[in-house]
This record gives sequence, C-alpha cells and structure tokens, in this order.
Amino acid sequence: MSQLLLDVNGLTMQFGGLVAVNKVNLTVKNRQIVSVIGPNGAGKTTVFNCLSGFYIPTAGSVMFKGKEIAGMKDFQISRQGLVRTFQHVRLFSNMTVIENMLVAQHRHLNTGLLSGLFKTPSYRRLEQEAMDRAIFWLKEVDLLDSANRESGNLSYGQQRRLEIARCMVTQPELLMLDEPAAGLNPNETKELDELIIKLRDEHEISILLIEHDMGLVMGISDHIYVIAQGTPLADGNADDIKNNPDVIKAYLGES
Amino acid sequence: MGKLYNAIFSAGIAFVLACLMIGVKLNTDGTTLKVTGATSEQWAWIIGGIALVFFSQLFADQIDSAFSKIPKPKVAHFIPEGDKMTQLKPWLLAGLFVCMVVWPFMVSRGSVDLATLALIYIMLGLGLNIVVGLAGLLDLGYVAFYAVGAYTYALLSQYFDMSFWVCLPISAGMAALFGFILGFPVLRLRGDYLAIVTLGFGEIIRILLNNWTAVTGGPNGISGIAKPALFGLEFTRRSKDGSPLFHDFFGIDYSSSYKVIFLYLIAVVLVAFVIFVINRLMRMPIGRAWEALREDEIACRSLGLNRTAIKLSAFTIGASTAGFAGSFFAARQGFISPESFTFIESAIILAIVVLGGMGSQVGVILAAIVMTILPELAREFSEYRMLLFGLTMVLMMRWRPQGLVPMKRPVLELK
Ligand SMILES: Nc1ncnc2c1ncn2[C@@H]1O[C@H](COP(=O)(O)OP(=O)(O)OP(=O)(O)O)[C@@H](O)[C@H]1O
Ligand SMILES: [Mg+2]
Repeated sequence: MSQLLLDVNGLTMQFGGLVAVNKVNLTVKNRQIVSVIGPNGAGKTTVFNCLSGFYIPTAGSVMFKGKEIAGMKDFQISRQGLVRTFQHVRLFSNMTVIENMLVAQHRHLNTGLLSGLFKTPSYRRLEQEAMDRAIFWLKEVDLLDSANRESGNLSYGQQRRLEIARCMVTQPELLMLDEPAAGLNPNETKELDELIIKLRDEHEISILLIEHDMGLVMGISDHIYVIAQGTPLADGNADDIKNNPDVIKAYLGES
Repeated sequence: MGKLYNAIFSAGIAFVLACLMIGVKLNTDGTTLKVTGATSEQWAWIIGGIALVFFSQLFADQIDSAFSKIPKPKVAHFIPEGDKMTQLKPWLLAGLFVCMVVWPFMVSRGSVDLATLALIYIMLGLGLNIVVGLAGLLDLGYVAFYAVGAYTYALLSQYFDMSFWVCLPISAGMAALFGFILGFPVLRLRGDYLAIVTLGFGEIIRILLNNWTAVTGGPNGISGIAKPALFGLEFTRRSKDGSPLFHDFFGIDYSSSYKVIFLYLIAVVLVAFVIFVINRLMRMPIGRAWEALREDEIACRSLGLNRTAIKLSAFTIGASTAGFAGSFFAARQGFISPESFTFIESAIILAIVVLGGMGSQVGVILAAIVMTILPELAREFSEYRMLLFGLTMVLMMRWRPQGLVPMKRPVLELK
C-alpha cells in the first residue's frame, strides 16, 4: 500500500460559536497536486492554518508521513517538511532576495555562536552549501538576476515566485500554496502553472493548493476538494467537480 | 479650531504644573508648615513659560516645517564610496585605534577618567542595541544585568579574592544566565508587556541588592574592590600582600595616573572586543534571523524558525554585554552600591540607543559619547540635568526621529 503523505480526518476548527471548518477529510499522496476550492469565506485558509500549526484544531487528526502533527508548534511542523505560503505575500521586505533565501535555511546554518564568530571551516562550508541551494532555487523561479535587490522592490509576480522559492529551499515534501495566482496577469499565471507542475514532476514533491482561478485548478490538479461554509461538499477529479450539481449551486448561489 | 483647543489644553497643564512646583512653596516654621507664594519675578517667568507652551502648540505645524528645513548631516557624504571604502577601512580603523591608545598620555587625568566612563556607556549602549535595535525587544530593566555583572565581580573579589581577569567572563556569564532565566518565560509576551516585566525585574534586582545586607552590604554597598592588574603587576603605591607593583617592576616613579590610563586602555580593548563580536553577529545567521523576526514573525514561524530561541539569544547576548560592562565598572569604581543601578540608568542607556539610531553602532557610540560628555560640560546646570535631557530628547525626536546615524544593515551580496 502506498503510504499517504498527508491524511486529515475530521478536522474541525471553531472560533467561539462559529464553526469555520467542519469535519474536513483530506488526503495527499506522494507527487500529487491536490486543490482545495470553495467560495469566499469557506474556511480554506483556516484549514491551512490548522495544518501548518498556526491554529490548534478543535478536533480531528492530521497525519503527516504517518505521524500525528495536530497540536505541534508551527516551526516544528515546517521542520517536518510541510511548508506554506500566505494569501498575502509575506516577505522580509527590507532584506535582499538572497537574504530571504538564507533566513529560510536558518536552522541548517545556525550551528552555534563560536563557529560563526571564528568562521570555522565547517561554518564556511555550510554557508556555501546554503548559498548554492539558494542560487539553485532562484534559478528555478527565474529570480537569479534580482538576487541582490531588496525583496520589497520586486514586482508582485516576482514576490510570489520568491515566496515559493523561499519555501522550496527548506527542502519540503509538501508545499501548501494559498492562492498563489491571485493578482497575477495571465502570462504570469501560465508560468506559475508550469512551475507547479515542474515541482511535482522534477522535484517530486506534493502540492496542496488553494486557488480561485478555476482554469489553473482544473488544468493541473490530480484531485480536488470543494468546501463550502466550512463543510466538505464534494471531491474528485476535475471532470467530477465540473459536473457536480452541488458545486455549481454553491458557486452560483454565492454570486 | 482643534489646534486652539490643543494649545489651551497644553497651556492649562503647564499652568497647573508650574503652580504646584514653582508657584507655592512649603516652608517649615517651627513644627508647622507654612505656605509661601512665589515672588513676582518667578510669576513673570511662569507666565512667560505658559505663553511659550501656548504659542508653540498653536504654531506646531509651522515649527515642525521649520525643523525639517534645518539641514540634516548627510553622513553618506563623508564616507567614501564602495570600493575605496573597503580599501581604506583597515587603515582608518588602525589609525583610530592608535589615536585611542596614544591620546590619554597627552591629556589630563580627568579627561581620561571621563573617557573611560564614556566607554562603559558605549559598551552598555551596544549591548542594549542588540536587544532593542536589532531584535526589537523593548527592555526597560537593562540595568539589572549591569548590576549582576558588577556585583558578581565585587563579591567574588571580596569573598574569594579572585582576580578581575578571571571574573570578567564569569560576570558576563552570570548576567547571561540571569538574562536567560528571565527571558525564558517572558519572551512569549508581546512588546508592551515585555517592557513592563523587564522594568519590574530591574527594580527587583535593585531592591534585592538593597535588602540582602548579609551578602551585598545593603545600601552601604561594597567598597575596596580590587583593581585590575597587568599580568599580576598591581597599580597601587604599596603592595599589601607582597605582590609585585607596576612602577617597581619598570623602575619608574609611582604615579596614580598610570592606573587611570591602564583602566582606560582596558575599556578600549573591551569596547573593541564588543564591537567585533556584534559585527560578526550581525553578519551571522542569528543576526539575519533577528532582522527577519522584526520584519515578519509569522513568515519566520512558517519557515521553521523558533522565535523564542531567537529572541532569547538576543536577550542573553545583550545581558552578557551588560555583565561585561558591569564588572569593569565595579573594578574602575572600587565601590558599588544599589544606588548606581536605578531605573534612570536604564533610561539613559535606552536614550543612547534611541538617540543614536536604533540598530546603528556608529550612532550608538556617538550618542554614548554625547550623553556622558554633555552633562560634564553643563555642570552649572546640574540641577536642570533631567530637564535638559528631556528637552534634548524632544528636539531630537522632532528633528531626526530615526536617530543621529540611522541604521544601515550589512547587506549580503551575491557576487
Ligand atoms: N482567527 C479567527 N477568528 C475568528 N474567525 C475567524 C478567524 N479566522 C478565520 N475566521 C473565520 O473563518 C471563516 C473562514 O475564513 P477563511 O479565511 O478560512 O476563508 P477562505 O476560504 O480562506 O476565504 P477566502 O477565499 O476569502 O480567502 C470566515 O468566516 C472568517 O471570518
Ligand atoms: Mg483564504
């Protein structure tokens, strides 16, 4: 049996009386692109916040690589190999692009005060490796030319790509993208589409995607989950979802 | 309209304060108290002051724009560009260091002593700069770590006769330990709460030192703390326990200024060491992490950075610098008491950091020098010291809120 990378069961998140996420089930296999869609305020971002440890779920289990991660601290979860981006880009905007990439590798680099103060050979080697990894990923997202620019000065599309590269440099196994195409022009969206597929096929990671751009979602997803008002509505491949009357109703009813 | 209201309100407050503080005086008359009013000359001053407050509030905008017209020193102009700078830098630093070492032999004892004090404040400013400027944690009880360092050396020297050079790292370590113990539970708190807790901690340490009479001598403090020695050579006139003396060893006449200059030189070396360490730290992963944490904590967490550990490291390193400065302070002074570690001391160190430009080392050094030398120059005004201090802060914040020399981070460049 192929082991599930991510296995979410009965995930529930309650804010006071408001049930933002209600018994959501979700699985991601290795090298899969899985999408979560739903109308505005459906609870998609809240699901991400629960998975990445920003919220502690009210109920339900989250198994990542066969290990329960619900209730773990956010930074511990990302060290397990599950990293996310944000609906609103969160870069260290006063730092340069390359510095952003190095901060992401902090825990590989931070080997102790003394080795850094005296620049021991092992410290230099680690720094060089981190630099090489950063350069590799900047090349992958086509940002190498901007490596020394302040990240706050990049164009919006470049910032989005940098955020993805910054996640990738931590060597994750599951990358969670929260509306990565929001605010991109059609050209940039197409590039993003290609990048996500490349991450799956060449770099062999899985991607969990929240997206409103249906063209993008239907085109690249191996599996799609629909949630509305926090409750799972349907799941299946692109064709199942397109023809599901409940889904159509949820989307039309909302607008 | 709002401005008029504001001006009247401010003038009213000024009036009430002035009346209470200058307008009436309580004099003891036998066993009773007698209230005496101010003289007419004093009233004229009070009214003048209130008028000043009124008009300065009324025309605040105009005054502000006048302030912004005052040219700001362009530091960048004095500093040569990129490549030239990297070539010149070692020479400049070496030159500066030589000047610092030669200078004390040419000036009076008093100036050297004052310079030593300035160097202590530079150390403290640089240490607090790590916590406040680089890591963005508002610490209002920084003086507590200074006290821990000073008392560590004083007590070790008094009870165990340990030498300054052995105690220096121990003091730094003790202060770091206190920083760690305090920081661990506290750094989960958000900014303002952290400020209050550290403020309380500063007071606790001072009160503890004041009341633990059996060990610390309470308000009487500890006196006769041993001075540092140069490779075992002491700087006193006569040897107490037969240890070798500096002037005997070199066959020169005794002079008390050797000791002062020696202390100054130690301070120079300690400051150079602190600057070196902080410069390295800012270029190390931990320095980048402090910066990143200040910019976006949530992004840091999502990337696997443990924010508590990172903040704790800044807090601990800052505390150890204060401990360092503290043990040197105890050695220089020869006498310490809880009086030296009041809240006002924390406030002055914080003022140094803010005036200098948060995070900027050159700025902090300049501000520390200004803050130690100005009060000496304005001795006649010593009664109004705090008043002048407040005025300087207000004017500085209006004219240049980002500090004397705004911070410029060492940026990592990809070649
Ligand atoms: N911290 C919180 N406290 C209280 N309510 C919250 C909190 N976070 C989210 N919610 C509520 O949960 C619901 C789901 O929000 P969420 O941001 O997850 O929606 P979403 O599906 O991501 O929507 P969008 O497509 O607009 O991004 C909303 O009603 C929101 O108000
Ligand atoms: Mg959302």
